Parts: sequence; structure tokens; C-alpha cells
Amino acid sequence: MSKVELWDISKSYDKQANVLNGINLSIEKGEFFVLVGPSGSGKSTLLRMIAGLEEITGGTLKIADQVVNHLPPKDRNLSMVFQNYALYPHLTVEQNILFGLRAKKVNKQEQQERLKKATAMMGLADLLKRKPRELSGGQRQRVALARSVVSEAPLCLMDEPLSNLDAKLRAHMRIEVRRLQKKLGLTMIYVTHDQVEAMTMGDRIMVLNDGKIQQVGDPITLYNEPANLFVASFIGSPKMNLGKAVFVNQMLKVEDFLEIDMGSITPATKIVQTANLTIGIRAEHILPAIDKEATHELEVINVEQLGNETLATFEIGTELWTAKWLGQWSIKVGEVVPVHISKDKLCFFDTDSGRLLKATSPTKETEVIVV
Amino acid sequence: MKEAVMIPEQYKQIDFMKVKKKQKRVRFIKGMLFLLPSILLFSVFLFYPMARTLYLSFFLTDNSGATTVFVGLDNFKNIFTSPIFLKSLQSTFLFVLYTVPGTIIISLFLAVIANEKLTGIGFFRMIFSSTMGISVAAASVFWMFLFHPTMGWLNQFLEALGFEAIGWLTNPEWALLSVSISTIWMNLGFTFLILLGGLQSIDSHLYESAEIDGASYFYKLRRITVPMLSPTLFFVITVSFINAFQTFGQIDMLTRGGPQNETNLLVYSIYQEAFKNYQYGTASAQAVILFFIILLMTLLQFKLGERKVHYQ
Amino acid sequence: MTMAISKKLLFYLLLTVSALLVFSPAIIAFLMSFMSSEDILTGRIIPETWTLDNYIKAFERFPLFGYLINSFFVSLIIMIGQLLLSSLAAYAFVFLEFKGRDTLFFIFIATMMIPFEASIIPNFQTIRGLDLLNTYTGLSLPFFAVAFGTFLLRQHFKQIPKELKEASEITGMGDLKFYLTVVLPIAKTSLVTLGVYGFLTSWNMYLWPLLATTDDTVRTVQIGLKQLQSQEQLNEWGVIMAGGLIVVLPTLILLFLGQKKLQKGLTEGAIK
Repeated sequence: MSKVELWDISKSYDKQANVLNGINLSIEKGEFFVLVGPSGSGKSTLLRMIAGLEEITGGTLKIADQVVNHLPPKDRNLSMVFQNYALYPHLTVEQNILFGLRAKKVNKQEQQERLKKATAMMGLADLLKRKPRELSGGQRQRVALARSVVSEAPLCLMDEPLSNLDAKLRAHMRIEVRRLQKKLGLTMIYVTHDQVEAMTMGDRIMVLNDGKIQQVGDPITLYNEPANLFVASFIGSPKMNLGKAVFVNQMLKVEDFLEIDMGSITPATKIVQTANLTIGIRAEHILPAIDKEATHELEVINVEQLGNETLATFEIGTELWTAKWLGQWSIKVGEVVPVHISKDKLCFFDTDSGRLLKATSPTKETEVIVV
Repeated sequence: MKEAVMIPEQYKQIDFMKVKKKQKRVRFIKGMLFLLPSILLFSVFLFYPMARTLYLSFFLTDNSGATTVFVGLDNFKNIFTSPIFLKSLQSTFLFVLYTVPGTIIISLFLAVIANEKLTGIGFFRMIFSSTMGISVAAASVFWMFLFHPTMGWLNQFLEALGFEAIGWLTNPEWALLSVSISTIWMNLGFTFLILLGGLQSIDSHLYESAEIDGASYFYKLRRITVPMLSPTLFFVITVSFINAFQTFGQIDMLTRGGPQNETNLLVYSIYQEAFKNYQYGTASAQAVILFFIILLMTLLQFKLGERKVHYQ
Repeated sequence: MTMAISKKLLFYLLLTVSALLVFSPAIIAFLMSFMSSEDILTGRIIPETWTLDNYIKAFERFPLFGYLINSFFVSLIIMIGQLLLSSLAAYAFVFLEFKGRDTLFFIFIATMMIPFEASIIPNFQTIRGLDLLNTYTGLSLPFFAVAFGTFLLRQHFKQIPKELKEASEITGMGDLKFYLTVVLPIAKTSLVTLGVYGFLTSWNMYLWPLLATTDDTVRTVQIGLKQLQSQEQLNEWGVIMAGGLIVVLPTLILLFLGQKKLQKGLTEGAIK
């Protein structure tokens, strides 16, 4: 059992303002849980508190139904992978992997068995006698993972383990880490600042900003129903297009620039009650008006050709909006293109509190899955 | 249901404080254990002796150094009216004035020319740093011969050029300067090594970009090398100052404070007073003066250094 | 970057002249140590006949060999003591967190302001009181604790990623074991630097051995050289120089072997 529970956890340094506040969270056994947020959001601090490397200022931390606030890291039965891998430079790969087992005085035979299993799994069998400096970044990463594997701790913590790798290798290691976790049935708490990593790896994601939980949920929920403006702009790439909006009768006026006909949808009347609205629309929901009627004509101010898709940027008042179209579109900067913006795809936020008022209409979601 | 869970939590909260306190205490004890050997030896051989020296400076002592009569500030009054001690202070300051700039300038020159990337530069670096490996006693022996009135190379050289021989170590006008010259030589190695290290740590991009701007060698030296070297220079100047005030070996070997007390530097004077004349009280008073001079120098250096060195 | 030939020549000229000037006292001593007395008296530069007589005389007339052994032991003991105490203290300042650590660090800094020479009188009395005059302990003990060594190692320990410490905490490795099996091996080069420096300075120590030894049993080679110089009459320059060369040979070799490391290590310690 290695369920992790956090009850009203907070952290402050030298009695100053809290860096973490009111964190309540329950991570299930066998779950891949991702903590994501910009730098300085407190995500690493939270992970280090779970590890026992930072003192917990307030609240209760339970691992496997046991309160562990006061326990040193070694008594929490967990393993940790660090951003810089924390490999001992003077030890060989083998010694590095067995480092923890030797410290814990696991018997020699058992050590060798675990080593064999882990190195076979990570493809390190030929590198055992090398020193870390003779390894590539990806190999070092694997040694760090192997070290965590041999510990056989049910709970594994990872602090931005992939951020020192180049983009290609990172994509590959994402899959490896994920597979490893499923295979061993580990409970994983994974910290990253990269929302792509969070989305692709996590069973559930917690978005953290300024020491406060912004939203906890599975990746698709975070994407479709961002709880607030922060999550909306943090999750997804390119980020959600946002603009301040007001209702003028049936029309929604965005940034004093764009008018969207809301028709006679009833929920709109409810939303109107809030004076300060911000609307958001995903880049893939600004469609080229080819087989749909054009709702707007917009001037293109930048084009990014990615090969498999095309990103077009428009100026909407003071905001820049991006549209993402599948395939290759030969459009030029300065051109005016017809687009289709569906009112169903809009998210509504309260500008003052940032909170989500209404997400995209759920009926269309099934369509997305079919495609 | 929820409350039922919360109550035992509350009990545990109290426990945490105790555990935390205990952990803090354990951490403190552990830290102290690691530091204990150093603290212990510092106390016995540095802090206690310093306090004891201050204490002794207010007393007269017998030949074994036991205190006999409390005399207050008399020891200090005595040394500051003693022409020998005043002479010793004067010589010490002159000695510092000769050796510190001399060492720094020559070492800096050597470090700058040894910083060029040339074949065989390692050999020259080795030669320049060699005096660091030559002890005061050995160096004094070498220089003793160079200073020798008849056989010494310096006088032979002068005579060959048609000048009169100089009593390097016997002439009161020359003795302090001679000791200073030999001291500069002894200190060259260490100072050179540190300055060279400082030079090598300067980012070569700075020189390359200056090169592109067409800066001359001396412009680069003045505008890049010296400012970028300032923390290192600051360090070696401080160390040289302190070393100069603590000079003893070469005096004992070369001149024994003579002629006419010209080279009776502070530490030699303390040594004479304490271990030859058994005047532990006045010797301690002199040691206190030495302590304050060095304290003042260090503080002054830090104060000045802070302002001057920070623009890196 | 290539240099013009003329500029290169200029530098070689400067380097050669400087090297000759700097090394000349040692060269002269070297040449003289192989000269016969007549050669010296006639003021020759290169010995007419190379002879080892001076070395033989130096060893015969003085217990020079014993002095060398003494110096070696004293320097070795001080070196080990300094390495041990400095690394322990530096470890505490870098890897341990406890109340009063910063105050203690300040006290360590303050020790740099107390010159050993100013506290030499009570130190002599202490060592005499403990009956440690003429012992290796008495010669070496006062120099075990050095703030400089602690600072130097602290600077190097700080470059060890703190994640290594944290990883070892998670696996449950104690501080002493972490210090021994991780920190010391990783910081090997800086330990060598401090070791070489400690050995050099101890070998070259003068004032304290002069006070703390009154007979030949533990007398170091530096004081031996002083004896040689003051007892030999001035005509025996060859013997004195031979003695001097024997004294500097071990340290010169050590310096030449460790020069690069020493330079790097000391500079890093000097400028943080």
C-alpha cells in the first residue's frame, strides 16, 4: 500500500509568507500523478516535502496510511530521481545502482539479482563498469531510473527528470518512464514544468501556481474544462486564445474587435450576469472556412509552417490569437482569410476571479474522440 | 466520521513538536561533533593564548613565565618609550613598505609573461613558482652567500663594474633593504602562483572581443587584466601584508636583528624579549601590538577591498 | 590565436632573463655544493672538479638524516591532521544544518586575524606544561586546525551537487558514511592540493620548531640548517649549500609535481 495523502499541507520559510498553502490531495496506489506549474510555483518544494527533504510547516502527510511528517526520508520507503540524476561521479554504473542497497545492507545475492533485473530492463547491461562521465545523457538518466527500480520502493518521486535531455530523447524517455511505472505498478509523483510532459504522462495532473492548487484532474478534463484562466493558458500548446468580452444583445463582443453571434442559446443569459467576461477558444477550434460558412474574416500577421500542421496568428484587439489547422496551408502574412469560429467551442471565464463559468459544450466531445 | 479521524491527528501534532525538537538537537550535536576537533584546537592554541597574552602583558614575570607583579599598563608605557621597540616598529613598517609592493609588482610581471600560450611555458611557470618550495632557512643560506662581503656574487659583480663593495648585511644603511630583497625573492613563488591562477580564470572571450575592437596589448592589460584580477590581487596583497608583519626566519638566519637593531623586526623583537631576555610581560605587550596591527590591517583591507573589488 | 614571431621572441627573452634571475640563487647554491673549498675561494662559477665531498661532510658532521626523518614525520602528521580537521569542519559547514552554524563560521573567519606569532608565548608555555617539548606531538599539534584549509575545502565541497546528499538521505546513509565514501573521494583533488600545501608549509616551518625543540631527538631539518650555518666556519660554504639543497629537494619535487593542482586549488580558495 502506498497511497499518499496530504492534509492541508503548507510551507513557509522563516515565518514569512507561505510558499505553499492549503494543499489537500490524495494520490492513489499505482497512480501516475503529475505536479505541473511554472518555476517558483512550489511544485518541487511540495515533492521535497513528501520525500522528507524539506520540513513540513503545517498539515499532515500520510504515506500508506501512516503519518510520516516526522520521519526522515529513509523511513518513508520511497525512491527519488533528481533532475541532475545525482549519480556519484566516482562510482561505476554498477556501484551507483547498488549504492542504496549497500547502505541498507541488503544481502549480496539479492543485490545481484535486483541489479540483473533492473539493468536488463533499462538496457544497461553492457555499461556496468563505466563511470557516469563516460555515459551519454540518456544513459545517465537510465542509471538514475535503475537505481530507483532496484530500491523496490513502492513510491517513486521524480523531480524534472527529463529536462536535461534533448527534445528527441525526452519524447522517447517519456514513454519509457511511463511503461516502467505501469510494469512495476509504482505509485509515481512526477514534477515538471513542461505541460506536454504532464499531459502525455499523467493519469492525473495537479496544476500549481503561487503555492496554490489551481486544478486537479485527468489530462482531458484539464484541457477541455480548465478551472480558471491560469490553467487555460498553461495547459495546451499553443495556449488557449483569450479575450475580454461583453454581451451586446445576442452578440458577444470580444476585445472590441470581434463579434460572435450567440444565437438564442439560453445559458448565455446566465453568463451575462457577470459583467467582466473573458472568453477562451482553443487554436484548433478556429477553423478555416472551407466546408463551413465563414463567420469572420481575419488578417494573418504571422504564419508558422510545421509540415503536418499550419499555425496562423491574428491580431484580436490587444491579443494575439493562433489558429491551428491540420495539413499545409499556403497563406501569406497580410492575407485576409475567412475563418469559422463556433460559439459552442467557447469557454467563459470571470475576468476578476479568473474562474471558469462555462466550458465548451460537452456534446461535441464525443465527436472529437471518434475523429 | 471525518472528526473521528481528525482527533488522533491532533494528538500526533503535539508529538511532532517533540520529535522536531529532538531532531534539531540531534542535528546540532552532529554538527558540533564534526566541528569539535577544530574548535578544541583553536581554543587551546589560538583563543586561549591570545587571551593569555593580553593577560601577561599587564604583569611582570619570572624566568619561567609565571606572573609576579601586576603592573597595569606599565609594560605598554615601557615599550612605547623604549627607543629599541620604537626602532623595531619603524623597521617593521619600512620592511612592509619595501616587501609588499616589491613582491606584488614583480610577481604580477612574472604572472603576466607566464600567462602567454607558448611552447615550454610550463617550464618557466615551474621556475617562477619554485621559491615557494624553498624554505626560509635554505633561502637565507643562499642569500647569505650572495650577500657575502668578499666572496658574494653581488659584491663581485659590483667590483667588476668598478663600484665599491657594499656591506649588505653589516651596513646599517643597507641591512634592512638586503633582508627585504631576499624576502621578496622568498615570497615570489607563492604570489606568482596565485596571480597566475587568477589570470587564467579570466574569460578568454573578453580578450577576443577586445582583439576584434583592435585594442593594444597594454590597453588590454590595463582595462581587462588588472580589473578582472582585482579579487586575486586583493587576496595576495592581504596575505603579503600579514606575512610581512610575521617575518622571523630570515632575520634570525641573516642578521639576528642587527646591525644596530636595524632589522630587529617585531616578531624577532618578541622572540628576543621572551626567549632570550625572559621578559614575558613586555614581550606579551609587543605581541598584543602585533595582534592589533594585523587586526587593523585585515579590517582595513576588507573595508577598502569591498569597495574597490566589487565591480566584477 | 597566433602571435607574431617578433612578439614571441620578445616574450621568450623576457621569460628567459626572468627565469635566470629568479632561479640564480638556487643555481649558485647548486653549483657551489659540488665545488671544493679552493674553487669557492677562488670565486669560480663552474666547479673545476665536481665533488660529492660537501654532501658527505654535511651528513657526517650533522645528524642531517635524522633531521630529515623528523621533518618528514612532523610534516606528514600536520598534513594528515589538517586534512582530517579541515574536511570534517568543511563538511559541517556545507552539508549539515544546525543552529549556530553561521556564528561558528564567523568564529572560523576570526581565527585568520590572530597571527600565530602573537600567541607564541602562551603556546610555548602550554606545550612545555604538557611536557611536549621535543616530541612530534608538540611540534605538530598546534597546526592541526587551520581556517584556511577549512575555507578551501568548503569552497570545493560546495561544488558537490546537494542532490547527492539528498539521494543518500533517501537511501538512509548516515553522515559519517557519506563523508567518507562520497565527499572525500569526490573532493580528492582538493584534498591533494591542501595536502601538498600543508606539507610544504610544515616542512618549511621555522619559528615553532626553533622553540619547541631543544635537542636533536625531533629537531627538524630547518633548524638543522641553522645549526649548520652558525657552526660551520664561513670557508665551508660548500657544505652549507649542500645542506641547503638537501633541505629544499623534497619540497621542490613535491611542488613541481603538484604545481598545477596547487595553483588551481589555491586560486579557487582565494577568490570565492
